[in-house]
Amino acid sequence: MRPFDYARAASSADAARLAREGATFIAGGTNLLDLMKLEVMTPSRLVDVSRLDLAEIEATDAGGIRIGAMVRNSDLAADEGVRRNYPVLSRALLAGASGQLRNKATTGGNLLQRTRCYYFYDTAMPCNKREPGSGCRAIGGVNRLHAIFGTSEHCIATHPSDMAVAMRSLDAEVEIENAEGRTRRIDLGAFYRLPGDTPHIETVLEPGDLITAVVLPPPGGDRQTYRKVRDRASYAFALVSVAGVMALKNGRIAHASLAFGGVAPQPWRDEEVEHLLQGEEPSLPLFQRAADALLADASPQEGNAFKAPRLKRTLVAVLSELCGVKA
Amino acid sequence: MNAAGNPTAQTQLAINGRDYRLDADTRTTLLDALRTHLGLTGSKKGCDHGQCGACTVLVNGRRVNSCLTLACMHDGDEIVTIEGLGKPGQLSPLQEAFVRHDGFQCGYCTPGQICSATAMIEEIAAGWPSHVTDDGTGKPQLTVEEISERMSGNLCRCAAYPNIVDAILEAAGGKRA
Repeated sequence: MRPFDYARAASSADAARLAREGATFIAGGTNLLDLMKLEVMTPSRLVDVSRLDLAEIEATDAGGIRIGAMVRNSDLAADEGVRRNYPVLSRALLAGASGQLRNKATTGGNLLQRTRCYYFYDTAMPCNKREPGSGCRAIGGVNRLHAIFGTSEHCIATHPSDMAVAMRSLDAEVEIENAEGRTRRIDLGAFYRLPGDTPHIETVLEPGDLITAVVLPPPGGDRQTYRKVRDRASYAFALVSVAGVMALKNGRIAHASLAFGGVAPQPWRDEEVEHLLQGEEPSLPLFQRAADALLADASPQEGNAFKAPRLKRTLVAVLSELCGVKA
Repeated sequence: MNAAGNPTAQTQLAINGRDYRLDADTRTTLLDALRTHLGLTGSKKGCDHGQCGACTVLVNGRRVNSCLTLACMHDGDEIVTIEGLGKPGQLSPLQEAFVRHDGFQCGYCTPGQICSATAMIEEIAAGWPSHVTDDGTGKPQLTVEEISERMSGNLCRCAAYPNIVDAILEAAGGKRA
């Protein structure tokens, strides 16, 4: 690990001031310290934001909740209100990492996790995300874990979060305080940037921006689930995952929001698929059509071609479960 | 600054009920602080990347991977390591159960397993759900399936898992279904 200066932020304004001067925020540190040990990330200055007063889950006037950026993943997953009204979020959190890691990992930090691409982690390899312009060996290389949507010729890495996938299906917004102390909210879908020719720039955050909360509107449906397919039964990243939030009314689909993990550089969503389901009577042929529509845009590599049929089956299974249709 | 010219930090830690002062390179993880600065070598370094759980300790009552956190981030925190859970002749119920059920072979993962299980039993008692808890709002039960899922952050390369689960079940008052 490279040497670094350490300072603890007393307030978000304090944190922003220090960050504007070139520091990197650290909260739970479970991903950042791992990457620092490997010298994939080499900050010269860390600002500890873990003790900022941002660890509350509050009800909003709009009938939703505001999750402070320092709320630990374990606390969020166990929260009674989250389990009751946003079970997809609790399920997604519990499908990720281990008990020890969830106790440290924060809501804000989880959103900012870096990819688990092997080439990004291996400093002996070129990687456009780690070293812009050096090339991508995952393309044409070992790419079993990689993306089938939203890729570019410069990067095919996936975003590893489960939590963010559930939040995307719940229409989450990210609350950000900038260095001047002004707060703005950005839809989680617009928060992440596609790799294009700048895969090292992953979000719309500017220097000095601090995530202060994630805001969820009231749930769009009471039928919610998170299904994660992985290489072992616990403590593994998703090969594919589906977060589903639905509501049925008079035997028809009144609401469907779906997000997909393990398949894109960001939690993936496809409005066309949701539109196709909206107002329809649930049935297996309908779900198959939705899955076909989703995969129509897929551009798999040799090593991850299995993800297309896997994702289709997982989506059909999730829709069947949520609508009570026998698969 | 230390002699090598690298930044340092002063940190107060309450470990196993005793106060310690640490003045160390900012890069020092909590695990390295315990093992090489303070002489508490019960916590083990396996992977040093948060994957194996051998370094698990309790920070303010919660289990964490001490290899993936900086000592300087824990100023004023209360830390319990395996040395604080029991001593020869005064073993904790979990330690006794591990001995009785032969919950180890080489023993390297054991301090992490026992620290992790100590907190995990509390998590179940507090009603925290897991990935395998049936109903999202139901009370989790002490079952083999629940324990296996909740202990997945602690690896045992000797594969003493069945005996580890038996030891935890007994200490926590659960039954093998």
